[in-house]
Amino acid sequence: MSRQGTRGVDLRKVNGELFSLTYGALVAQLLKDYEDDEEVNKQLEKMGYNIGVRLIEDFLARSNVGRCNDFRETADVISKLAFKMYLGIQPVVSNWSAAGDEFSLLIENNPLTDFVELPPGHSQLNFSNILCGVLKAALEMVQMEVDVRFVQDTLKGDNITEIRLKFVKRLEDAVPVGED
Amino acid sequence: MASINKQKTSILDKPLGKGKPEINAATFALLFSEMVQYCQNRVYSVSELQTKLSELGQHVGTHMLDLLFVREKGYKRETKLLNMLLFIKNNFWKTLFGKEADRLEHSNDDEKTYYIIETEHLVNRYISVPKDKGKLNCAAFTAGIIEAVLNGANFPAKVTAHWHKGTTFMIEFDESVLARDKMV
Repeated sequence: MSRQGTRGVDLRKVNGELFSLTYGALVAQLLKDYEDDEEVNKQLEKMGYNIGVRLIEDFLARSNVGRCNDFRETADVISKLAFKMYLGIQPVVSNWSAAGDEFSLLIENNPLTDFVELPPGHSQLNFSNILCGVLKAALEMVQMEVDVRFVQDTLKGDNITEIRLKFVKRLEDAVPVGED
Repeated sequence: MASINKQKTSILDKPLGKGKPEINAATFALLFSEMVQYCQNRVYSVSELQTKLSELGQHVGTHMLDLLFVREKGYKRETKLLNMLLFIKNNFWKTLFGKEADRLEHSNDDEKTYYIIETEHLVNRYISVPKDKGKLNCAAFTAGIIEAVLNGANFPAKVTAHWHKGTTFMIEFDESVLARDKMV
């Protein structure tokens, strides 16, 4: 074999437990710094927003997916391609609203919450709130304003983790002042 | 009845799992970059930033230690210094980063100091350090992980990250560790 030992490593993969524990360390540090669940939720969403802005570029570069024609297609792409690519899980898309502008992602095994349990006294904390920020930012970069929030969370005692996405409006690229 | 059962299954009763679930490197890199930026906004100097990153790493290390020993070593802890270092260089590195560390060296001048050397470290792969940040090395995060693992396994030490032949982790053990090792 002409390849050396180190070359056999897939440079695009990282140990999932390192990732989960790193995220846990981050949330623990935030809780120590802010001491208030709602503040931590906001910080996580903000950080998720920054990540999402860059993640969408990486996603579009790697996946060759074209523009989605409607919200249903968007939902499919998010669950089957994006979540699979970045977290290795495939959430189920369900609970479509009558108007077709709201749906839920049901996540069974959230890698962010491996080894995590919420102590009593932090019932307001949305541990995986970073996901809300990421989804919101990524969709905003592709001209969709979407409201993302947690409905159910296994850490809080529910059977499954549910994230609800609601389409608010289509964003138009703003024309710079002076050019018309 | 159902609610009583729910309260009884704590997370410690769940099976550990086989480990090695893999995640895209981009996900980790993006998360790590946000963490560095978060720490950067709360400190005033490079060494404070490295300390903050090291603290985050220690949080990871304390949890990783038990996980690794239970899974890899079949519940048996290392008691000899050299075996512990080899465990870190090989098993631990392989589990976390997918490959073993490049080199483990003992310092010529100081008995208590060892070096783990890696030419291209995972956490630094997507980070470029601007000139005004001087000696910042984000592998301080990994240094924190190693420090927590060593302290937790009862080999008190200080671990720091440096730019030398790539990334070098300098491990300085306490006198007590060497004294004890001579007796074992």
